[in-house]
Amino acid sequence: MTDRSRIVIVGGGHNGLVCAAYLARAGREVTVVEAASQVGGAAVTREFAPGFRASGCAHLLYQLDRGIARELGLESHGLKFARRDLKTVALAQSGDHLVLDAGRAVAGTLPDSDRAGLAAWRARMLKFARIVAKQHNRLPPRLGGGGRADLMGTAKLGLDIRLLGREDMREFLRIAGINIYDVLEENFESPLLKGALAIDAVLGANLGPRSNNSVLSLLHRLSGEAAGGGGPALPAGGMGAVSEALAAAARAAGATVRTGVPVRRITLDGDRVSGVELENGEKIAAGTVVSNADPATTLLKLVGARNLETGFVHRVRHFRHKGMAAKLHLALEALPTIARLPSELAGERLVIAPDLVYLEHAFDAAKYGRTSPEPALEVTIPSLSDKSLAPAGKHVLSAVVLYAPYDERANGEAARRELLDRSLAVLDRHAPGLRRQVIASELLLPADIEREFRITGGHWHHGELALDQFIMLRPVPGAAQYRMPLSGLYLCGAGCHPGGGVMGSAGRNAANAVIASERAA
Amino acid sequence: MSVKEAMGCKEHFRKAVWETPFHARTSALNIVNQWHAWKDYTTADAFFDEQLEYAAIRNACAVFDLTPMTKHLITGPDALAFLNRLVTRDVAKIRPGMVGYTIWCDDNGQVIDDGTIFHLREGVYRLCSQERQLDWLTRNAFGFDVTIVEDTHDVAGLALQGPTSCAVLKAIGCTGVQNLKPFAIGFFQFHGTELTVSRTGFTGDLGYELWIEPAQALELWDALFDKGKIHGIRPMGTHALEVARIEAGFLAAQVDFHPADQTIMADRSRSPFELDLGRLVDFGKPCFNGRRALLAEQAKGSRYRFVRLDVEGNKPARSAYIYDKDKNVVGTVTSAEWSPSAKKNIALASLHMPWGRPGDELWAEIYYQRELKWYKVMARCQVAEQPFWDPPRKRATPAQDY
Repeated sequence: MTDRSRIVIVGGGHNGLVCAAYLARAGREVTVVEAASQVGGAAVTREFAPGFRASGCAHLLYQLDRGIARELGLESHGLKFARRDLKTVALAQSGDHLVLDAGRAVAGTLPDSDRAGLAAWRARMLKFARIVAKQHNRLPPRLGGGGRADLMGTAKLGLDIRLLGREDMREFLRIAGINIYDVLEENFESPLLKGALAIDAVLGANLGPRSNNSVLSLLHRLSGEAAGGGGPALPAGGMGAVSEALAAAARAAGATVRTGVPVRRITLDGDRVSGVELENGEKIAAGTVVSNADPATTLLKLVGARNLETGFVHRVRHFRHKGMAAKLHLALEALPTIARLPSELAGERLVIAPDLVYLEHAFDAAKYGRTSPEPALEVTIPSLSDKSLAPAGKHVLSAVVLYAPYDERANGEAARRELLDRSLAVLDRHAPGLRRQVIASELLLPADIEREFRITGGHWHHGELALDQFIMLRPVPGAAQYRMPLSGLYLCGAGCHPGGGVMGSAGRNAANAVIASERAA
Repeated sequence: MSVKEAMGCKEHFRKAVWETPFHARTSALNIVNQWHAWKDYTTADAFFDEQLEYAAIRNACAVFDLTPMTKHLITGPDALAFLNRLVTRDVAKIRPGMVGYTIWCDDNGQVIDDGTIFHLREGVYRLCSQERQLDWLTRNAFGFDVTIVEDTHDVAGLALQGPTSCAVLKAIGCTGVQNLKPFAIGFFQFHGTELTVSRTGFTGDLGYELWIEPAQALELWDALFDKGKIHGIRPMGTHALEVARIEAGFLAAQVDFHPADQTIMADRSRSPFELDLGRLVDFGKPCFNGRRALLAEQAKGSRYRFVRLDVEGNKPARSAYIYDKDKNVVGTVTSAEWSPSAKKNIALASLHMPWGRPGDELWAEIYYQRELKWYKVMARCQVAEQPFWDPPRKRATPAQDY
């Protein structure tokens, strides 16, 4: 028998937990079923070598919604930060590293024009990113055939853009869909500066600096900061600590959170969902199923294409969701010495993307299904500020490696060894002797991320953040309001608006959509 | 999922328009030499006189080469599940050895095409369509264990339609064919090969469709015309068939509706309800393409109504505007002909709701030209509640010889 009032949430990633917490606070009976042995999905802290722990996927917190953190009382549920507002250090082979602090260059050689231009650039990018941020907590409007609320939603988006003022509006509309390469070339001289700014636009995306949509991708990354959330932060205990706090908040609100229970399928009763069936055979009846899994996993695997209409299935199948980033974890004997970098800066965010062409060349290989011969890296050594992550005196290095395409030609052990070796070679160039300090290493290719975190394609954001997969088009037209075209089924993950990044907005918006449709029924 | 195009197609690139396996006979018989391309096959408009060809359909029997009709063989463990998600009706109710008329929709509940499903043998289906459907079928096949072969060129098809059609089939050796019920399929031996006969057609009369390997096509044609001579057999072209089709009230894609995957404007397509085909929609199935939209339409009401019109006078109301009594445009005629059998000026029309109720006062604006002078007629139309042509012999089983 279907218990219509019960809500099952498939997947205890951060969005699933946020959704559970809000639904439980609204008095709903909520059960979260997570396949892994710990909550968090891709926002987890894992032991990759005895005594060494690192954030499994994303390792910096950019966009956690401040309202959600406050409303759910995450600090009272144990969330602490090891570091906030990390500086960005663009490593230079010459040793003339460039240090950016909240967008100001505080060290390194820059032409005067760049130094002046940087402040204006940052102000403008944050202003534009606020447009993106404003959409995060709104229900995306429906396109065509919608009611008044949808027209209002579209009008609000238009108004936000109009209120930028004539000049900024024109600039926003000019650059929002184009590539970061051209825009940076218009604004700056220093190759190192341009490389450091560009990597933020392509990190985790299937984009090179010359790919359209890379400006949009940058604005999305800056949206957390634009909304007042500060710069990149390191949660104490790694990203898993955010998830643990969310799970504690959900439990405190009355939700049941179960781990180690993979879902085999979402069950149907006629034309509506009736609950879930777990891999262990257990069935949980529910009138509403909210899936934190990516759209392809939810709709094509757990529901099944045959239970959905063909046009919709076709759109879901062509939602672009191939991962492009690998994740590197190194257990280090000692703190690596980076040439000519003051040791107090080693705990900041280090980027290796010496210029735009370097990044584009790295992408070129990936475009044709190979890992980059000279990868670009975003590096953190979180153990410098968080002793819990490594044995005393030893360190953990965590890096996002660009690029590793989700492609059979760049998969498997040989590809992994090759990319690991190349990454170490690049790191060793800046930190001579680092290779000899490595006790253990782990490199997760997109196929590994797919397997370990159950994300089809291994894409960190469940799918590309591009104009055609954004706001009212995310994940696909006709399903952008969290409600799927199957009664009782909702999505709440990064595959929905407002997309990836540990933000939580998709989870809260989905909870609101569930409550709103109950009221409408 | 596995999708193939028939091997017979591989030489097609040599000609822009192909010939059917019957071309040696049809070209010899076509003394008016009138042809057009139907789905890229040479097809006769008429053979000797379209009125006499039509007369053969209703009074003797006439043969139409329907090889160009797009055909797909659908097999595999999920064939039934695949078809049931594709089309609006319940395919499980089409038993082996039976044919079902059906329509299929997009997600918006708008009709993409109509056609027939032949349940040839347990789990083996043939889908015939008006438009090419391989792309849409391929999309539909995702997630199903099903094999789809577009075999249009590998199956030669003839329609044998009219009161003496059963007698002709018996004469060529289809023993017992008279016992086939409407929409039933029979298998017969013909010159050492299998001849598939279905009691189906596009004329609304007693008639059959014959399906055979292309190599035996000419032998089949010759046998029909040899044994059929004393039964008044004639070849017919599309012009004669078109009159019979409109009398029977059957829809033609691109004429009475525009396939939803081809319309540019959102309101130019039609739902099953808007084509008077609601009886083919089975909401008992939990999932089929268009179901959600059609449920919503049922709750909210349709935009259009499809009707048969009996038009005053004798000028066919082709493409005429339909007006209400206050001269507001309320719809358009989609097909119109003078019906020789009903002795009526008939039309099929798509009207805006709520128009088209029995008794509504409707007017057709008909233009015609005589020696460079235009004439206009405002003709009163009656909504016809019954088909214009529906003789008992269409259904009578066993079929009679006449």
